[in-house]
Amino acid sequence: MISIRSISKWYGSFQVLADCSTEVAKGEVVVVCGPSGSGKSTLIKCVNGLEPFQKGEILVDGVSLGDPKTNLPKLRSRVGMVFQHFELFPHMTVMQNLTLGQTKVLGRSDAEARAKGLKLLERVGLAAHQDKYPGQLSGGQQQRVAIARALSMDPIAMLFDEPTSALDPEMINEVLDVMVELAREGMTMMVVTHEMGFARKVAHRVIFMDQGRIVEDAGTDAFFGTPRSERAQLFLSKILHH
Amino acid sequence: MFAGFDFDVIARSLPYLFREGMTFTLTLTALAMLGGIVFGTLLAMMRLSSFAPLAAAAGTYVNLMRSVPLVLVIFWFFFLVPWIGGWLTGGGTIQVGAFWSAVITFTMFEAAYYCEIMRAGIQSIARGQVAAGYALGLDYWQTMARIVLPQAFRNMLPVLLTQTIILFQDTSLVYVISATDFLGAAVKVANRDYRLVEMYLFVAVVYFVISFAGSQYVRRLQARVAVLR
Repeated sequence: MISIRSISKWYGSFQVLADCSTEVAKGEVVVVCGPSGSGKSTLIKCVNGLEPFQKGEILVDGVSLGDPKTNLPKLRSRVGMVFQHFELFPHMTVMQNLTLGQTKVLGRSDAEARAKGLKLLERVGLAAHQDKYPGQLSGGQQQRVAIARALSMDPIAMLFDEPTSALDPEMINEVLDVMVELAREGMTMMVVTHEMGFARKVAHRVIFMDQGRIVEDAGTDAFFGTPRSERAQLFLSKILHH
Repeated sequence: MFAGFDFDVIARSLPYLFREGMTFTLTLTALAMLGGIVFGTLLAMMRLSSFAPLAAAAGTYVNLMRSVPLVLVIFWFFFLVPWIGGWLTGGGTIQVGAFWSAVITFTMFEAAYYCEIMRAGIQSIARGQVAAGYALGLDYWQTMARIVLPQAFRNMLPVLLTQTIILFQDTSLVYVISATDFLGAAVKVANRDYRLVEMYLFVAVVYFVISFAGSQYVRRLQARVAVLR
């Protein structure tokens, strides 16, 4: 489904990604973790073309991102993305946030888009808030709306960029619950997160990155059982302490 | 103290001052504001473009307009536009008249200022908002029109209106092309009846009342339009 082949990226002379390669199969849930500045967010932003890269190739469902002939908006409409800071549109109601992409990109009728939006809001437990503005919701609620907004486009895969990092601790679980449910339904997911509990529960594989490199790419059990690299061991010992 | 003055001249010329003069001033202000904001927003998008020649062209235009006195621009446009128009169409000069010449001038001139306001407004929108628009599959124009510009416009509304109050005052400079705006109409009456002090005083009071009321309205608006985050 998603195939990342020898990706390298530089900001000026600073290399943020160095020869990264991995595959995400249909229905697979892959967690990407690593210390801050390791390039994990940059890597998943490359997958829907929000960040350009200088070397290598990324294929999403057979479509190459580096190819100048690729219709990027069309490709992005098929890959959902959830951001660390939610990025709901503050000047639109929750429902308008959910229908914008459906009507403008997919060409759905307003009624159709609203019906779909309502179904997704019910799913994330926020149907009662459809006419509110994002600023009237809590962080956890906003992130659930953001997930619903991404799902409204019927994506073939979902990318999560630290979806719980900006949340108050008591709101993390309501977001993770939605993600766990999504994973169990067979959604293809790439998740940048430090929530190791989530990784243990639903991830098929864990990718560990450090200094722009994929240091470890292993099955979940293998990763938590015996991570081979010293760097990954150190990282795990630091964050699993508490 | 005011024994030697005749303030009755104001009452007598009131219909003329407002029906002719103020109508001209307000129509000019409104048209130049609309044109200036539309053109200024386009300029702002050009200045922020990653395509360097486009950004440079808009930057040059804005800096040029902001570096020359408005009176000079009004004067030049009034005499140049007919000439250039004639040269382009190949026959004689094209007369657009003082009013339309003023509308074009103020639109072009104020666009440079509105551009800088809109540029700040666009830059105030978090990069993540643009990313979120793109991630949904919206293209550049859709992201601009649906996500960035509505928020930028709302954030900048008080500043845009304040600039419009300045524009309202600046329109009095059309006296250099002998157009009859509010000030122009008052000056005509003043000279005809030799009531200079009375008329200039009255004009100042009217400009003050309108501008002050406008800026008070902007202050009240500021609190109301702030986007909840």
